[in-house]
Amino acid sequence: MAQISVTLELNRQPCRLEGDAAMPLLYALREQGLKGSRFGCGAGQCGACHVLIAGRSRPACDTPLSSVQGQQVTTVEGLAKEGVPGVLQQAFLDEQAAQCGYCLSGILITASELLARDSRPSEQQVRQALDGHLCRCGSHQRIVRAVLLAAQRMQSIPA
Amino acid sequence: MSTPLSPPKPLPKPLASLQANPRLGHWLTLGSDGSVTVRSGKVEIGQGIRTALAQIVAQTLDVDLSRVRMVSADTAMSPNEGVTAGSLSITDSGGALRQVCAQVRQIYLDAAARQLSLGPEQRAQLQVRDGQIGLPDAPALTSYWLLADPALLERPAGELLPADFSGSAAQAQQRLDLPAKVLGQPSFVHDMELPGLLHGAVVQAPSPSARLLDVDLQAAQALPGVVAVLRSGSFVGLVAQTEYQALQAGKRLAALARWQEEPSLPEMQALAEHLRQGPVDTHTVSLKASEGAAAAQSQSQSLSLSASYQRPFLAHASIAPSCAIATYTPDQTTQLEVWSHTQGVFNLRADLATMLGLAPEAVRVRHADGAGCYGHNGADDVAGDAALLARAVPGRPVRLQWSREDELSCAPVGAAMVADLQADLDDQGRISRWQHQVWSTGHSMRPGRSPIPVLRAASMIEPPFERQVAINMPLAVGGGAERNAVPLYDFVSHEVISHRALRMPIRTSSLRSLGAHLNVFAAESFMDELAELAGTDPLTFRLRHLSDERARAVLERAAEAAGWSPDGAGEGRGWGLGLSRYKNTGAWCAAVARVDLRERFSIEKMHLVVDAGRLVNPDGARNQVEGGAIQTLSWVTREQVVFDRTRITSNCWDSYPILKFSEVPPVAVEFIDRPEQPSLGVGEASHGPVAAALANAVYAALGVRMRSMPINAETVARAALAS
Repeated sequence: MAQISVTLELNRQPCRLEGDAAMPLLYALREQGLKGSRFGCGAGQCGACHVLIAGRSRPACDTPLSSVQGQQVTTVEGLAKEGVPGVLQQAFLDEQAAQCGYCLSGILITASELLARDSRPSEQQVRQALDGHLCRCGSHQRIVRAVLLAAQRMQSIPA
Repeated sequence: MSTPLSPPKPLPKPLASLQANPRLGHWLTLGSDGSVTVRSGKVEIGQGIRTALAQIVAQTLDVDLSRVRMVSADTAMSPNEGVTAGSLSITDSGGALRQVCAQVRQIYLDAAARQLSLGPEQRAQLQVRDGQIGLPDAPALTSYWLLADPALLERPAGELLPADFSGSAAQAQQRLDLPAKVLGQPSFVHDMELPGLLHGAVVQAPSPSARLLDVDLQAAQALPGVVAVLRSGSFVGLVAQTEYQALQAGKRLAALARWQEEPSLPEMQALAEHLRQGPVDTHTVSLKASEGAAAAQSQSQSLSLSASYQRPFLAHASIAPSCAIATYTPDQTTQLEVWSHTQGVFNLRADLATMLGLAPEAVRVRHADGAGCYGHNGADDVAGDAALLARAVPGRPVRLQWSREDELSCAPVGAAMVADLQADLDDQGRISRWQHQVWSTGHSMRPGRSPIPVLRAASMIEPPFERQVAINMPLAVGGGAERNAVPLYDFVSHEVISHRALRMPIRTSSLRSLGAHLNVFAAESFMDELAELAGTDPLTFRLRHLSDERARAVLERAAEAAGWSPDGAGEGRGWGLGLSRYKNTGAWCAAVARVDLRERFSIEKMHLVVDAGRLVNPDGARNQVEGGAIQTLSWVTREQVVFDRTRITSNCWDSYPILKFSEVPPVAVEFIDRPEQPSLGVGEASHGPVAAALANAVYAALGVRMRSMPINAETVARAALAS
């Protein structure tokens, strides 16, 4: 086990993470107190741990620490500014788009990636984008509505 | 829409939760700081109960919701309300809290009158507005907060007060716990940090009957970060400094373990035969003999029908593998403290105490949120594992989270079931005899209900506790396999028989809705089959046998709203109906499914109509019904626990797929609001009706009768070929 130290930009702040080179990023983030990215399967199959790495939504459970050297990483905590929910997060609250909420962080991350790429996705595109995320409570309809609501609101906010 | 029925009952029924925990101060405290601290015995499992109960308190005391602080269940201070299950929290805890708050309000108004030296007339006029107490149209004279005194509530609840719902209409209320969850803040037991926290790993036995032959503990002890290694019988695990070290060392320990395994599981393709074979414990659940004219009429039976329906084992498949934190402090009064997302803190405490040889009072179990559980999943088991690990490192808290494989292959699963139905039709096209028999392992193996602990580890340690077989709870408290097997319809005679399997090669316990899922699927599919035999459309045929006004109302409304048509929607498209009253005592739910099977297997729409009496939080209720319907569609179209003769092999999301975003059909939910009727839970109301509606729609579309699950393109095509 090779111990390494990586520097990266984590939620817009410079950051140093240390640990085993092969350790999944998820554990390093959680050791930092960022508990929003959560373990679901450890195999990149459920989406609960997704984070943005260089703007791409990726499973943190399947991303070795060594691979994020010099990267920009955003976790769900980084979608808010000073504790105020971002537009996307607020849309989830307004649509009450959750039951237990365990899957939400990863879904918010992938939805933010989608909206950065395509500001006017169709309902079908939202569903396709979220297909790698599992929700067991059956909140799918609300989640899709929330993403579409956020897209609509982002249209009316000047960049 | 709001439909008044019979006049409201003036007095609530005696409330079991309140009878068991009569001291008012046990339930809540009014604080001089303007807060209301509420201790419910029911727990948040993603269903939004914390918010709904807070709303009930706020409405009944007449205080702003922001003043209400809900304390998670804790054996050290909460009323014991058993398990959070069976869609009963609104009825049990909500009913108790409504009564407690009504009495507390009166006690404080009396205290106000005493302090202000008011006469009886003025006392009767006192009002509360957000905790401020005063006479109508006048400035407040005092408040709950000025009068706050815990001693006022050190008394048992008095005579039940009539429920007063005036001025407290159902309110849409956002969930109190969601902002933190949306912001990604620590919200779950999984996220808790405690000083000195260590991390555990347990090597689970690879199959239900596996026994550990040997394991090299010394090699594991030498791994990086490992603090302790523990073996007791077939229970083996370790404790490490960090989560990742525990994970890595746990993998190594698993590779060092040698197991003896037996082919102890039934043939997966012959589950129905396995269940019927027995041995079984058979009992008659309900018997209604036809009398007089009805008996004579039943002699004129002209047609008979029988059919058999089944479902596979189903996994709870929570998105979060179960997690717990345990601390063992043998030299303190509380020798073991456990944080858990269990559904019943007192139940878990009982099993932990027995398994570890501690007095129950020496064990404290505290609830912290977990992911949605949908019944008895791995939550209690992982707490047992964590407690065993904690004993190896006294004074240090140990966090243990199961793996995805553990959660899918080691946690209890929902029972596989078979239901055999038989009925006779008389010459009027009415059902004159109805028999419903159900074969299944028991649906309840919860901790705290037998003297022998049922935690997974209990049968692994040395000396082991005997492995228990799941039971069915009595019908009076909801039943298990027989739940909803008693017909909702007015048949002149019926017979309901339950056969509980006494061998349980795969651990089964409560899965959301228990037996109701298959029983309603079977009965409502059979109603369609009988309607066809009687030459009547399914809606008319149901209404012919249905006097329950509220059942008729949801069914007729659902058919109308969904545009249900007796003729089907055309070749390859069809509508299906499903109806039940959950547990025969809970909420009414009718479901209409519309499918289009012409090119692919497509569920075009589900339309549900629910009558849950007075709604506490309409959007919360809608969310529960909607989620229940979508989860049911996942169960019915995708899911089954897969196993060979030795191991459960569906242990990841590839082998246990659930419905994905692109596969979820539109689900519309409508309520018939009855503000004058008691509130009923809704979490499990939709599972039976949705399953039946889908099967009936497939039949209407293709003429293929699906009597077993899963129901999807592949299984329908196979059934069509076979017929």
